Amino acid sequence: MKIAVCVKRVPDMDARFRISADGTSLDEAGLKFDINDFDAWAVEAALQLKEKAGQGEVVVMSLGPVAAQETIRKALSMGADRGIHLAADRIPFDGFAIARALAAELKEGSYDLIFFGKMSPDSSNGIVGPIVAELLDYACVTAISGLEMADGRGTAKRELEGAQEFVEFTLPAVLTVDEGLNTARYPSLKGIMAAKKKPLESKPAQLGDTMVTIKSLAMPPDRPPGKIVGEGAAAVPELVRLLQTEAKVL
Amino acid sequence: MANIFAFAEQRAGELRKVALENVTAARALADATGGEVHALLAGSAGIAQKAEQLGKHGADVVLVCEHDALKDYNAEAIAALAADRIKSGGYRVAVFSTSAQGRDLIPRVAAKLGVGIVTDVTDARIEGDAVIVTHPVNIGKVIATASIASTPAVIGLRPGNTTLVENAKAARVEQVQPVGDPSASRVKVKEMKQGTSAKLDIGEAPVVIAGGRGLKSADGFKLVDDLADAFGNAAVGATRAVCDDGWRPHSEQIGQTGRVVSPDLYIAVGISGAIQHLAGMRTSRTIVAINRDKEAPIFKIADYGIVGDVAEVLPALTAAVREARKSH
Repeated sequence: MKIAVCVKRVPDMDARFRISADGTSLDEAGLKFDINDFDAWAVEAALQLKEKAGQGEVVVMSLGPVAAQETIRKALSMGADRGIHLAADRIPFDGFAIARALAAELKEGSYDLIFFGKMSPDSSNGIVGPIVAELLDYACVTAISGLEMADGRGTAKRELEGAQEFVEFTLPAVLTVDEGLNTARYPSLKGIMAAKKKPLESKPAQLGDTMVTIKSLAMPPDRPPGKIVGEGAAAVPELVRLLQTEAKVL
Repeated sequence: MANIFAFAEQRAGELRKVALENVTAARALADATGGEVHALLAGSAGIAQKAEQLGKHGADVVLVCEHDALKDYNAEAIAALAADRIKSGGYRVAVFSTSAQGRDLIPRVAAKLGVGIVTDVTDARIEGDAVIVTHPVNIGKVIATASIASTPAVIGLRPGNTTLVENAKAARVEQVQPVGDPSASRVKVKEMKQGTSAKLDIGEAPVVIAGGRGLKSADGFKLVDDLADAFGNAAVGATRAVCDDGWRPHSEQIGQTGRVVSPDLYIAVGISGAIQHLAGMRTSRTIVAINRDKEAPIFKIADYGIVGDVAEVLPALTAAVREARKSH
């Protein structure tokens, strides 16, 4: 089975973000970057399938500046076989543009399965995987938290609001990964050494025109300062009064 | 004048609240330009009965597609149908929800139409040739204002962020046909395990009571369940830590990797307020925090806080809420 995994390099969300002078991007100075968590689980899922089958290839792809190669290396050190870097000065906000560039490259690979994380916390759109599926005319199952493959078919579990869905799908397919599917392995020292010698090809991303652009970034408005109503059960009557008269939610 | 498309999400033959949110938001966009709202409602035979509810919130026309294979959400068939209607209707904006179903559906529709898309939208307006949307990025620590240059623009609203408004319109029903064979999907739902149907979903409930490690154990959530019961319109959520520990199912997880909710009232019980949790609830209208540690970061974003032991405060609050609801 030939499997591709698309991964994104994202900033650590614990950081204090600053807006650049241009007002439309974030100042990257001092930010720590790593592979998107959902994408790490996607890599893990692909590796587990390959290991279970005892054969196959896992190709990791990432679009972005040269630093995206570090993210690809991380996936290679987890055990993926080779990497493809689609070079772009920056990762556009327009998920359609990203999907178009990835699909153009993925089309060449004739993959049986293509994994994505269900979303990335930075741009928070969660659209690239399913758009790629449409562009390649693959079956698509999003936000999976369970996966079984047998006889060229798959069964996946999805968490819906207040319900669970079990779906059956045919190959080739695009799958996007939710939390709970697995726990991503840490790269071993041996894996890290081996990754340095694994093939990593870099080529320009075919981004095309973007339809969605960031006009401005702003910090969210501060919530009006709250108050400590009191301590212990004695504070309950006053809280209830405030919820009724001030917040009007009770 | 610009007509606006709204998608009416249903599950098990009932409209979901986000369907009404989509129609409400579409109505506001249409009124700004003097256009109509056309809602798409797909389901099995009889779903047309729900058109009236959509009319109440501002749908001029309800496009109804009834087919056995559309009883449950059928991604390929619904995406094909929605894209086809949006294309033939010449809409300026297509309004969906960033619900679990919407997240799956919207990118497929945008891809079929070849148009721009933004999900998790907290505000939208038409400005000349562009649709301008606000969209939280970096787990809500930064707010982006983005411009969608395509016609139509496809947007997914943040669930719970739109206050429902009644604005009765005719809701003329037009029966429409599925595109292709809706039974021929490459992805088939084999089984759907519904949670207890009596329980409200955290995305739809006006009140969300969320618990964290401060509840000490899975059994500690009984206090949270009791408070939710007292409200009568509340759902129960949880932090990632307690879901990872198996105290609550991941479907109740609120935060960066879980659900994003915006209820009228959010009560955080025994939750310290890690940034990953705040990402999932910071746009709630009123936030109450109950925590033993007065330095807990949750108090920084809470409107009202009580410092104290949850085992002592919660039963008192549950009793007081029961009393307050009784006198209504």
